[in-house]
Amino acid sequence: MQKSLHIDPGKCTNCLQCELACSYDNEGVFNPAKSRIKVFTFHDEGRFVPYTCTQCAEAWCMQACPVDAISLDAATGAKVVSEWLCVGCKVCTIACPFGTVNYNADSGKVIKCDLCGGDPECAKACPTEAITYIDANWTGLDRMRQWAARTDAGSGAGASASA
Amino acid sequence: MFGWLRSLFGAGPAPADERVERPAAPVAKAPAAMAPETTMATTAEASGDDGGRDDGARYVIVGAGPAGVIAAETLRAADPDGDVLIVHGEDGPPYSRMAIPYYLTGMIDEAGTTLRKAADHYDDLGIRIRHGRVERVLADDGRLALAGGGSVTFERLLVATGATPIRPQIEGLDLPGVHPCWTLEDARDIVRLAEPGSRVVLLGAGFIGCIILEALVKRGVELTVVEMGDRMVPRMLDATAGGMLKRWCEGKGIKVLTSTSITRIEPATDAAAEGGGLAVELSGGETVPAHLVVVAAGVRANMAMLDGAGIDTDQGVLVDHHLRSSHPRVYAAGDVAQGPDFSTGGFSVHAVQPTAVDHGRIAALNMAGGDAPYKGSLVMNVLDTLGLVSCSFGRWQGADGGEQAERIDQDAYKYINLRFEDDKLVGAITLGRTDWVGVVRGLIQTEVALGPWKDKLIADPHRVMEAYLARVGTA
Repeated sequence: MQKSLHIDPGKCTNCLQCELACSYDNEGVFNPAKSRIKVFTFHDEGRFVPYTCTQCAEAWCMQACPVDAISLDAATGAKVVSEWLCVGCKVCTIACPFGTVNYNADSGKVIKCDLCGGDPECAKACPTEAITYIDANWTGLDRMRQWAARTDAGSGAGASASA
Repeated sequence: MFGWLRSLFGAGPAPADERVERPAAPVAKAPAAMAPETTMATTAEASGDDGGRDDGARYVIVGAGPAGVIAAETLRAADPDGDVLIVHGEDGPPYSRMAIPYYLTGMIDEAGTTLRKAADHYDDLGIRIRHGRVERVLADDGRLALAGGGSVTFERLLVATGATPIRPQIEGLDLPGVHPCWTLEDARDIVRLAEPGSRVVLLGAGFIGCIILEALVKRGVELTVVEMGDRMVPRMLDATAGGMLKRWCEGKGIKVLTSTSITRIEPATDAAAEGGGLAVELSGGETVPAHLVVVAAGVRANMAMLDGAGIDTDQGVLVDHHLRSSHPRVYAAGDVAQGPDFSTGGFSVHAVQPTAVDHGRIAALNMAGGDAPYKGSLVMNVLDTLGLVSCSFGRWQGADGGEQAERIDQDAYKYINLRFEDDKLVGAITLGRTDWVGVVRGLIQTEVALGPWKDKLIADPHRVMEAYLARVGTA
């Protein structure tokens, strides 16, 4: 059964353990700027939202890559950037409407969440279970519920979801 | 899930996971497997003798760029019984012109420019590639006439012939040492001539000019850039961003001449020949010596083969919301197509990679008998000029009566400008920012009402990601 990252912003305390674990595991440094997951802060509401790639089925990044550098990891469902093939053109960074592919100026390549090959460090590092790695169907259901709520609220995005 | 996102592009496209065309990960992880010999040999074998023989297929695609290749893969998935033939006007396997600058710098070899890395990718999918140039499209006969005499019949045709560089009317443009930079062949010439220390004049500081600019500087040449417009990249950046980019380039030792044109190119006199074999005369009266002149004065749709075919054209091949031309058997996609424009509701040529990819997929689904209407392309660009990254999206020039949000830091080379229409984001320019920038596309194309977040963005336009999370959802 394929798993995916499930994020519950209500449990996030902004401790940034996820960002540190991600940057250390993937880039060898404790540097949130090099993390593939980022906690966005809404100070006026006291709310913190961890955010990263959802490995979306549309895979705008993979489709847009001009040199075949992003491929599907069939085991995890992750869309994975090949450092060998990426030329750093950044088209994927503007093609991804979620903003979750980022350019790493030090390497001259792009980086994105690859689910750590099926054992995501961010989920392991999260002390409050705001980030968990669980059965994909369950998170999908949860997302659909969120979208249903959006539709009820009559937002533009929700309305087109039901179209 | 994400049906709303899929609906950006109409009802048609299936999720990538449900399609099987992309090669498995092992290829991507083993670059040794992509030796050029392997790729070339397989393609040559697949294409066979490209002489004057006749050929045909249910689906014929002219052009082997991203639009053509994605269309072929999508057709294969959508109609497993329909044969697919790509007519490729150049040698070698399908490649990406976007990769050429990285070939120029030496970051990748020619094999690194290919659109698909698995050596047997096209064979595995049963997509045939035939090398040859199309001279004429005989749409009513369902036939292409090839240069050299052969012909190719089709039931459905996709014109994905891309663009060709514009040749400005300048005396001396035929001289040796004056080169366009568009095809892999052009790139090979430039690699040969642009040696470290040589003097190079680049005509055009548009999008393509700026990409080549970076590659030329990395080759260690002494560079002068000549741009007719009043700023760099005038079709992608506003005066603020274009001005900052110019200052950035000048700081890197490049001579940038805006509002300037080349009036004439002559062979250098003996006395001046040490500075290069060419004398380039500028509109200001100055003459600069050059070993090499690279011409990047823009491109236009490559549709000469449609002359007399009775297909409606304007700036490109006019196509409807199903990417079908005025002829029912002929579709067009990519840089050659003038298709639905998300921002204006009209029809535009958006010669950018994401549009080519969308076009290829949508056109193929419709060619195979599906009903996949297209909501229109959003023009977007990203450019890295010697380390300064600029992006533009949609209606960055602004909407009538729409508000804007702006933050400028000249010293840090950071700039962001957002454009609104009512309380929706419709366009943006960023300079010096690369993180989470794609979300600008998400905000524009979901047409989400920003509500209170419009004022928050006017206060701090850098909070685009937060605006998205607050208004669209936390995914």
